[in-house]
Amino acid sequence: MSGRIPVARWGIYFFLLGAALFFLLPAYVMLVTSLKSMDEIRLGRIFALPGLLTAEPWISAWSGACTGLNCEGIRGGFWNSVAIAIPSTVLPILLGALNGYALSFWRPRGSQTLFAVLMAGAFIPAQVMMYPLIQILAALGIFGSLVGIVLVHTIFSMPVMTLLFRNYYVSIPTELFHAARIDGGGFYRIFFELVLPMSVPIVTVAAIMQITGVWNDYILGLVFAGREHLPMTVQLNNIINTTTGTRLYNVNMAATILTSLVPLAVYFASGRWFVRGITAGALKG
Amino acid sequence: MADIKISDLRIGYANTTVIEGLDLEVMDGEFLVLLGPSGCGKSTLLHGIAGLQDVAAGTIAIGGVDMTHADPTDRNIGMVFQSYALYPTMSVERNMSFSLRVKGFSRQEIARRVERAAQMLQLTELLQRKPAQLSGGQRQRVAIGRALVRDAGVFLFDEPLSNLDAQLRTELRRELKLLHKRLGTTMVYVTHDQVEAMTLASRIVVMRAGHIEQIGTPGDVYARPNNLFVASFLGAPAMNMLGGTLVAAHDGAIALKLQGGKVGLSGYAFLDAPQAAREVVLGLRPESLHLDPAGPFEGTVVLVEPMGNHSVLSIDWAGQHLSCLLPGGEAPALESVLRFAIDTTQISLFDRYTERRL
Repeated sequence: MSGRIPVARWGIYFFLLGAALFFLLPAYVMLVTSLKSMDEIRLGRIFALPGLLTAEPWISAWSGACTGLNCEGIRGGFWNSVAIAIPSTVLPILLGALNGYALSFWRPRGSQTLFAVLMAGAFIPAQVMMYPLIQILAALGIFGSLVGIVLVHTIFSMPVMTLLFRNYYVSIPTELFHAARIDGGGFYRIFFELVLPMSVPIVTVAAIMQITGVWNDYILGLVFAGREHLPMTVQLNNIINTTTGTRLYNVNMAATILTSLVPLAVYFASGRWFVRGITAGALKG
Repeated sequence: MADIKISDLRIGYANTTVIEGLDLEVMDGEFLVLLGPSGCGKSTLLHGIAGLQDVAAGTIAIGGVDMTHADPTDRNIGMVFQSYALYPTMSVERNMSFSLRVKGFSRQEIARRVERAAQMLQLTELLQRKPAQLSGGQRQRVAIGRALVRDAGVFLFDEPLSNLDAQLRTELRRELKLLHKRLGTTMVYVTHDQVEAMTLASRIVVMRAGHIEQIGTPGDVYARPNNLFVASFLGAPAMNMLGGTLVAAHDGAIALKLQGGKVGLSGYAFLDAPQAAREVVLGLRPESLHLDPAGPFEGTVVLVEPMGNHSVLSIDWAGQHLSCLLPGGEAPALESVLRFAIDTTQISLFDRYTERRL
C-alpha cells in the first residue's frame, strides 16, 4: 500500500461534497436571510451575504413576533415544548423499557398476543385515533392540558418504545435473568438494579428518538395541548401564517431556525447514536 | 445441606414433552452428574429442579420440603451457568453480594460471607473488578462464589466448564472436586462431557430422550452399562461393538461365535440364563483386549495413534474393526500381525434387538 488515495476515491469525495453543499443550500439561505434587514431582502438576492448584519429579526422572533393576537415571540412556545418534551421522553422510556423487560424475560401468558396487538397499533395512523382520543381525554377532564398531551405522546410512542427495548433485551442471555431469579430478585428489583443499568445504550437511542419526535410534533400538540401549552412548532406556524402587512421573511427564518435548534443540537451531540436510533426505529420510518 | 426427591416428573413445552414419568433421588452430600447428548432433557431437568422451568406434573422435594411450585429463590439452591451469567454492571463483590442484599442481610454479615467465599476461590484481589475485566476461569469462579455466599443446601451446575479452554477446564474441574470435598454440599451437575462426568461424579445419571437410561457410580456405569446406548456413550476411545451369536459348546457351556472366532463365556456374569442361537452384540472396552503372543485370536494393525503415555491401535480382525488401548510408549509397527486375548470378565453382552444387557 502506497498510502495514497486512489483516483476513484477522489471521485466519491467530490460527489459527496457536492451533495452536501447542495443540501446545505436552503439552510444557508435561511441563515443569511435571518440576518438581513427587510430592505435588503426586498432586493431579491437571496444567496448574497448580508450587507449589514442585524440581530433584530432574531430578537423579534424570540420575544416580539406576533403569534395570532399576542406579540410575545416564540419564547413561550419554546418553554411549552420543553415542558412537554421532558415528561414525554422520560415516561415513554420507562414504560417502554418495563414493557420490553416483561415481554422478553417474564413472558406472562398472552404476552405474544399483547405484543402483536401493540405492533399492529404502530401501523394505525394517529389521525384515525384522534377523535376517540379527544372524547376520552375530555371525559377524563384532561383535554387541552399538559397532562393530556404528555399522555397522548406516551400512548403513541408505546409500540416503538416497546419494540426497541424488547429487541434489545432479547439479545441479553436468559441465564442472566435466571441467575437473578435464583438470587431472589423480584420483578422491579431485577428491572431497576440489573436490567436498567444494562440499558444505557438503548435508553440513549430511545431518548434521541423521543426528544426529536416530540419536539417536531405538530398535529398532536395543536389538538391536545390546549391554548396554554401550545408547543413551539404550532406557534411557529402561527407566526408565519399571521400576516399583518408585509411578510417578515427575516423574522420567519429566525423563528424557524430557533425552533429546529433543539433537534439539530441532538443530532450533532449524539452522532452515531442517532444513526442507530433511526435504524432501530426503521419500522415506523 | 439437602437431598432431592423427584417423582413422576413431567416437563413439557407447548406441544412437546421433554421429560415424562421421571423418578430420581439425589442423596444428601452427593455429587450427582446428569450426563447425556444434547437434547436429552438433562438441562430441562436441572431447570425444573431450580424452578426456572414450569413442571407439568409430578413433585420435586428439596430437603424434605415439597418445592414443586416454589419460587427459585425459596428452594435453598445456588446455580452456576454455562455463560457465567454475571451481572455486567456490578463489580465482583456486588455480584456475589446481590442475593444477600436482596434478602436484607446486615453489612457485616454480607462482608463476612463475601470475604470467605472470595478467599476460598482466590478472588480476594479481584473483588472490585467488573466481569468484563476478568478471564473466563475467573468469571466462572465468581459465578461459583455467587452460589457459595448463599450457603445453599444444593448447588446446581449447568455445563459450567463448557465455555473454557481445555487446560482451564481440567484445572477448574479439579477445583470443583476439591470444593465439594471441602463443603460436602449436595451438587447436581449437568454435562455432555463424559470425562467431567467420570471424574467428578459420585453417581452418574445417563439420560436419553427425557428418560434415565442408567444410574450408578462412574466405575459401575463404565464397566457394566445397562444397554447399548450407555455403552457407546461412555468411554474414549469408544467401546468396540461386534455382532455375534450365542452357541452351545459340546459340554453345554455357552460360547459366543464371532466373525473372527469363538469366545468362551465362562467368565461372564449373565443377568438371565443365556439361550443359544440368540443374536447379540459384544461390547469390548479397548483396554480389555490384551495383546498376548499365546492369545487365541489374530489381527492386523492398520493404524497407530500414539498418545504419549498410551497408544490406541486400530486392529483389523477378520474384517471387523477393533480399537485397542496399549499402555506405555512403545507400539507395534503398522501392518504387523498380532495375537490377542479377550478378558471375558470385563466384556458386556447386549441383545441385538432390545439392546439391553444380558
